[in-house]
Amino acid sequence: MTRPPATFVRYTLMERINHWITAGCFVLLVLSGMSMFHPLLSFLALLFGGGEWTRTVHPWIGVALMLSYLGMIVQFWRENLWSREDTAWMKSIDRVLANDADGVPEAGRSNAGQKIVFWAMTLLVPVLFLTGLVIWEVHFGSSTSIPVQRGALLIHSLAAIVAIIVWITHVYAAIWVPGSVRGMTQGYVTPGWAWRHHRKWFRRLVASGSPGPEPEIRR
Amino acid sequence: MSDLQSQDYIRISASTLTPPSARRQEDQVAKLIDTSRCIGCKACQAACMEWNNLRQEIGHFEGSYDNPSDLSPAVWTLMRFSEWEDEKGKLEWLIRKDGCMHCEDPGCLKACPAPGAIVQHANGIVDFISENCIGCGYCVKGCPFDIPRISKVDHKSYKCTLCSDRVAVGLEPACVKACPTGAIMFGSKTDMQAWAGERIEDLRERGFENAGLYDPPGVSGTHVMYVLHHADQPSIYAGLPENPRISPVVNVWKGIIKPLSLFGIAFAALAGFFHWMAEGPNEVQPEDEEKANELIQAQEKSR
Repeated sequence: MTRPPATFVRYTLMERINHWITAGCFVLLVLSGMSMFHPLLSFLALLFGGGEWTRTVHPWIGVALMLSYLGMIVQFWRENLWSREDTAWMKSIDRVLANDADGVPEAGRSNAGQKIVFWAMTLLVPVLFLTGLVIWEVHFGSSTSIPVQRGALLIHSLAAIVAIIVWITHVYAAIWVPGSVRGMTQGYVTPGWAWRHHRKWFRRLVASGSPGPEPEIRR
Repeated sequence: MSDLQSQDYIRISASTLTPPSARRQEDQVAKLIDTSRCIGCKACQAACMEWNNLRQEIGHFEGSYDNPSDLSPAVWTLMRFSEWEDEKGKLEWLIRKDGCMHCEDPGCLKACPAPGAIVQHANGIVDFISENCIGCGYCVKGCPFDIPRISKVDHKSYKCTLCSDRVAVGLEPACVKACPTGAIMFGSKTDMQAWAGERIEDLRERGFENAGLYDPPGVSGTHVMYVLHHADQPSIYAGLPENPRISPVVNVWKGIIKPLSLFGIAFAALAGFFHWMAEGPNEVQPEDEEKANELIQAQEKSR
């Protein structure tokens, strides 16, 4: 699609496609997984055609998410490297939460909160994938001992809950900061948005004359 | 097996059922397997196959009397043979009829995520309702005795039903009916405990001073009990667990984690909502756009 003039590219088309494949898989995994986690949520299995279908399809969605998330790691690991500014940003989290944009250290393309989401998921997704393989009855039911499978189930559940809480934080942040959803769907943000939320990134783009998302990436 | 109307369910997997209590419940039942009277004839295995219409594929000789070599979706009970030497070097041939123990506190049922796939009847029988089984294998992880087996064909879990269909109409399980030596008895649990007491006394008189009843308290007792001549060391009977109980890992996973998780998720969502109420969206202000444009223009001028 054509980007309106004077806006900046926030995420490339490939980044956005990959993000939404991951997001779709994640939502489906949460719904199908929760149906097998708590009796109060068993009804969610109906969304997938019943319990057997839920059991069948959940691991395959997990494989798809693992693949797309590997892509996201390749796409995003570099800009999510932690720096001292991120520590400073986290220290002023109270001002971030109070919508006080000027009282907060300038953020790069990703702020410290986004980096935490990225690295948390980079840890949790492989943990969920590997423990998921261990408890994938159809294919790996007899590949490991029963005590190992018990441990895998517990770790899988705990990791899933942490991932869901990280995900809720991520989704809320997107709602809380208007304009960021468009950045991840249509891919562009206004100069004012970039100035307010990712000033260091904005300065870098302006200084290099790049439309984004990174000075060296031209599109 | 199937849904039996003559018995109330006192437990249903993946549900928060309140057990029905209007009907006067009949006694808790139990099967008593007296290893000291078993001659290893496998009539119980044959009877189980016949009554339940199970036909295991013919396998291979594995160097043991165990035949078939393990439980399977089509093998719900199995004689396990162990050669054991006591401290004096005397050889004993221990034969144990393996199968579901019908725990009073069933780990399979606790672990099961499919509503109504595992039930416990008022008489204590733990039954798999195959139509509701989703084939996830959680029951295998929940079981302290390594009993359920998942079929590779229909992806359903199978195990001994204690012939719940026969018991519901006042018959004893097929294996009990077929046993030629009276090594397998069936009745109310109290009767079986009393009968076991007599047997144990008899065995002790005959020199088996450690004879005893295997009714493990770790799972709140079982509805299949053993009389063992060496009750002090159950593991010599083909690995019968010394103190079976639902794994603490399963207890944590199916216990405290469930409410804590829902609470944590709800808390995260509410925290977001309340933050929205308190602070509102972090909107771009007109002055943000102005300052951004100033910077862009300054940059363009300097080029």
